Amino acid sequence: MAEIFSLLARPLWETLLMVFSSTAIAGLLGGSLGLGLHYMANDRLSGHATQLAIVKKVADRLINTLRSFPFIILMVLVLPLSRLIVGTSLGTVAAIVPLSVAASPFVARIVEASLSEIDPGVLDAAIASGASKRRILFAILIPEALPSLVSGLTLTMITLVGYSAMAGVIGGGGLGDLAIRYGYQRFRTDIMISAVLVIIVLVEGIQLCGNGITRSIRARR
Amino acid sequence: MFHAQRPKEAAFYRPLNSFQAQSIPTRSVLSTEADADIATAAEVPAIVLRSLNKRFGSHVILQDVSLSVSPGTIFGIIGRSGAGKTTLIRIASLLEKADSGDVLYGGQPVSGARGQVLLDARRKAGFVFQNFNLFASRTVFGNVAFPLEAAGWIKPSIETRVRELLELVELADKAARPANRLSGGERQRVAIARALANHPKILFCDEATSALDPETTRSILDLIQSLSRCLGLTVLMVTHQMEVVRRICDQVAILSAGSIVESGPVASVFVNPKSEMGRRIVGEASHG
Repeated sequence: MAEIFSLLARPLWETLLMVFSSTAIAGLLGGSLGLGLHYMANDRLSGHATQLAIVKKVADRLINTLRSFPFIILMVLVLPLSRLIVGTSLGTVAAIVPLSVAASPFVARIVEASLSEIDPGVLDAAIASGASKRRILFAILIPEALPSLVSGLTLTMITLVGYSAMAGVIGGGGLGDLAIRYGYQRFRTDIMISAVLVIIVLVEGIQLCGNGITRSIRARR
Repeated sequence: MFHAQRPKEAAFYRPLNSFQAQSIPTRSVLSTEADADIATAAEVPAIVLRSLNKRFGSHVILQDVSLSVSPGTIFGIIGRSGAGKTTLIRIASLLEKADSGDVLYGGQPVSGARGQVLLDARRKAGFVFQNFNLFASRTVFGNVAFPLEAAGWIKPSIETRVRELLELVELADKAARPANRLSGGERQRVAIARALANHPKILFCDEATSALDPETTRSILDLIQSLSRCLGLTVLMVTHQMEVVRRICDQVAILSAGSIVESGPVASVFVNPKSEMGRRIVGEASHG
């Protein structure tokens, strides 16, 4: 039992590191991308600008392409990028790069969808107040969409827990890697089951936190 | 029946009296040339819409719509669904652009404005919507404060102004409540306070009472009327409810299929409608 615990500690830390940092990075990158997509798609904000409509089309294709890649292939593809950014293409920190790249377009779509759910009338009210577009985005649209954005981010995190299991391919470690290499390939069923159990608990925990935050925001409205 | 309870007696008139008390002596002190200024100012219409045209694809929404609203009056635009009322008021309030034609506030052309000039022009008018459109993420206070934050007011001034506005619409005790936890009538009063935050001279109302029950409708209409009188506000409202026009409007225009078919003082349009659509609308109102 003590052996299992000591075996689990490091991979758990690696998984947490990968999931949280890539969620943060994807939240920033994908979040801004999603804001941009919504801005370009929303006539009230973009003012029917045709150039923006073209940029939006190109961005849509790019995001869909990026989202089509199987994660394993994407991981290999961004190896040079990891080397460029973190100096190495192996290890937990290096795995954060492909995880962020995979999650960003996902987050972008989630943010775009959350923002488009806002009642256009509320946007009209903000526009009629004489507010600048930047202020409308940050002081109205994001707060209005917050519960839905938090649910989306929770979903992203859980998806990343799944993706991070594949990070073992580039030496990223983590619980999934432990379950596959130590548990499955070395016939240590107990280790495999424990690793999977920890992942289940992790996923439940993330979901509970996400739901809790969403509920407390909704309760104050 | 609507005439029985004129807004002069209405309860909310009370807090506004302090404003009048302050403004009356100042005005009497003014010299004759200042009075002449006021007289010339009164001749410049608060809102002018000049030959507005709008189409979506091949569908004509507005066709050569022109009208002019004198300062301090309440102007009603009435018409059936699909007559183009909402498009008209959205163009007048700079939420949408016309294909051709001009919008002027107080003699100043505003329809071609862009950037900061457009934002400033929008601050000269408030907009009240049918569905209130309050910000769910904000409290009552936060909703009224938003236009002031957007206009770059400093915090203490925002605080004072919001309190003053909430006092005006009698919601001072509900400042900390989430905006959408209020009743329909209260929400519309928050929306009115928000629309008036930047001291606009113009208020646009798009079916502002259509989502409210008859009693709340009356209280909101009375509020709008008393605000118009006390603050010298020019109100342009679109509605499909004849009783709204009858209760508070000074002037009325009848919009049918994107054109104004008739306009004039409410009393004369009611007594003697000249257009076919006018006769139909007035007929429905007196029978239904």
